[in-house]
Amino acid sequence: MVADLNLDVLTVGSARAAVQERQTTATALVENLYEKIDAQDRQPGQINAYLNLTRDRALKQAKRMDAIVDRGDPLPPLGGVPIAIKDVMVMQGVRTTAGSKILGNYVPPYDCTAVSRLEQAGAIILGKLNCDEFAMGSSNENSAWGPVRNPRDLSRVPGGSSGGSAASVAAGTAVAALGSDTGGSIRQPGAFCGVVGLMPTYGRVSRYGLIAFASSLDHIGPLTKSAKDAGIILRHMAGRDPMDSTCVDLPVPDYEQEIRKPVRGLRVGVPKEYFPNEMDSEVRSAVESGLKLLTEAGCEIKPISLPHTQYAIPTYYVIATAEASSNLARYDGVRYGYRSPQAKTLSEMYRRSRDEGFGPEVKRRIMLGTYALSAGYYDAYYLKAQKVRTLIAQDFFAAFKEVDGIVTPTTPTPAFKIGEKSDDPLAMYLADIFTVTASLAGIPGISVPCGNSKDGLPIGMQILGRHFEEGTILRLAHAFEHARASATR
Amino acid sequence: MKITQQDVAYVASLANLHLTDAERLRMEKDLNAILAYVDQLAEVDTSNVAPMAQVSQIGTPSDSADPLRTDEPRECLPHEAAMANVPQTDGTFFRVPKVIER
Repeated sequence: MVADLNLDVLTVGSARAAVQERQTTATALVENLYEKIDAQDRQPGQINAYLNLTRDRALKQAKRMDAIVDRGDPLPPLGGVPIAIKDVMVMQGVRTTAGSKILGNYVPPYDCTAVSRLEQAGAIILGKLNCDEFAMGSSNENSAWGPVRNPRDLSRVPGGSSGGSAASVAAGTAVAALGSDTGGSIRQPGAFCGVVGLMPTYGRVSRYGLIAFASSLDHIGPLTKSAKDAGIILRHMAGRDPMDSTCVDLPVPDYEQEIRKPVRGLRVGVPKEYFPNEMDSEVRSAVESGLKLLTEAGCEIKPISLPHTQYAIPTYYVIATAEASSNLARYDGVRYGYRSPQAKTLSEMYRRSRDEGFGPEVKRRIMLGTYALSAGYYDAYYLKAQKVRTLIAQDFFAAFKEVDGIVTPTTPTPAFKIGEKSDDPLAMYLADIFTVTASLAGIPGISVPCGNSKDGLPIGMQILGRHFEEGTILRLAHAFEHARASATR
Repeated sequence: MKITQQDVAYVASLANLHLTDAERLRMEKDLNAILAYVDQLAEVDTSNVAPMAQVSQIGTPSDSADPLRTDEPRECLPHEAAMANVPQTDGTFFRVPKVIER
C-alpha cells in the first residue's frame, strides 16, 4: 500500500494524513524510508546524510501512532511524521557526536527539548544527521565522518553546517529535519539543496540539549519542503522551557493560520548592500524574479539600506569564535568524550586529547577566539565586535520601522564543488555573507527556493523579519511558493 | 598586527592545544589572513556605542523579561548515568593522570 506514496514529495501534512487515513501505516512508512536511506545514503559516494539510524526508537513510536489510528482516534499534530535530527542535538541513549571525533563515543543521558517536544507531538525520529564538526563550517566538509554530498549534484557540497539536514529533506530520506543555525547553518544549506530552512528568532526555541557552538548566536530550526511545514514544526517545538533561561515566555502563534493571511500591502525592503555589482548574475536574476512575484502578489517593494552589512563577517567571526573557544573548553577528556591514551600527566592529557580529538577548522576557530579574548587584544577584537554588532542590529531596527520584511539572496552563489574552498578558510567564511547579519541581530530568517542556475543548481531567497514575527516571514514565503508554483505551471 | 610563531604557541597553550609543527605554520598563515580581514572593524566609529553581549537584551518585549524558573530541588542525574561516558573511573570518581609533575 505504501507503493502509492511518493516519499520525495511527502510533507508534514500529507504524511500525517496518509497515516490517519490508512493509506499507509506509520510502521510501513518508516520502514520504507529506511529502505530508501539504505539505497541512497549509506554507500561510499552516496549522500552520507545519516550518521546513525534510531530504528528501535522510531519503530516504537510508529507502533504507538498506528495504535492510535487503529483505535479510531485522531493522531497528534505531528503523528506519524518522520523527522531526522542534526547530530548536535542530544537524545538519551543515542550516540551524538556533533560531527566530531572528540565525541565519537558519546551517548547522552538526556533529551534535547526541541526533539522531545516533536516526539510528544507524535513525530517519529529516524536518526541523526551529519554536519560540520561542532556546526563550524559552510560546506559539511568539516565532519569527522566524511562530507555530505548535495542530492542535486553529488560532486557538490550541500552547504553547512546543517548539510545532512538539508540533504535528507532534498533527497526525500526524511520528511523534515532539524538543523541549527549560528551564522547561516540552516538557511545556507537550505538554499544549496533547494529546500526551505527557517532560523527562528533568538529565544523562540529552547537550546537545552543543543551542543553549544556560540551561545549568543545558536538557534534550532527546521528544514522542510515548504514554508507551511516549517511553521508547523516551529509551532510544536517553540515556547518557554524552564531548562533554558534564554528561551522567551511569549505565546507561540498557530503558524498555519498566520500563513493564510494575505500578503497584500506588506512592505518588503530590498537592501542595496546585498546586491553588489559583482554578484553572481544567476543569483541576482532569480531573486529579482522572486521580488517581481511578491510585487504581483500585492507587496510593496521598497529599496532600503543596511549600512553596516560589510562588517558582519568580521564581527561574526570574532564573536562566534570567542564564544566557541570558551564553550569548547569543556572537552578535556575527563568526564566524557575522547581521551588520548598516551598522556602521562593531566595537562598533557588535556592537550593530547584536544589535539587528537578536534579537526582543523575547530582548532582554527578555538585559536582565533582565544586570541581575540586574550590580554591585550580583548578591546581591539572582542569588545569592538560586540559594539559593531549593536550597529548591525540597529540597522535592522531602523529598517523595520519602514518595512515588514526584508528580501535578499541567501547565498552569493549556488552550491560549490566539494574541495573548491576547503583550503581557504576566509573564502569559506565569505559564503555566509548574507546570513550572518540576521544571526547577529537575532531576527528570524527563512530561505526559500526561488530558482535554479543553468546547471540546475537551486538558488535560495532569504526573507528576514522583526523579532518574534516568524508568522510574517512564513506568510511571505508561503505566498511566494504559491506564486512561483503558478508562474512555472 | 602580525601573528608570529611565538604568538601561535602562546595562544595554543592558553587554549590547551599543543599542535604539530605543520599545524603551527598553517595556523600562523590562516590567522594572519583572517585577522587582516577582521582589522577592517577598526574603521567603524563605535565611540558612543554600547557593546551587545546577546540580542535578547533589546529584542525581547519587557513583559517576558524574567527568564528564571523557581529555585526548587529536583531530581538529579543518577550517578551511574553521569559516569556512563567517563573514559576512566574507579567506580565512584573520575580518574585522571597525575596532576603534579616531578
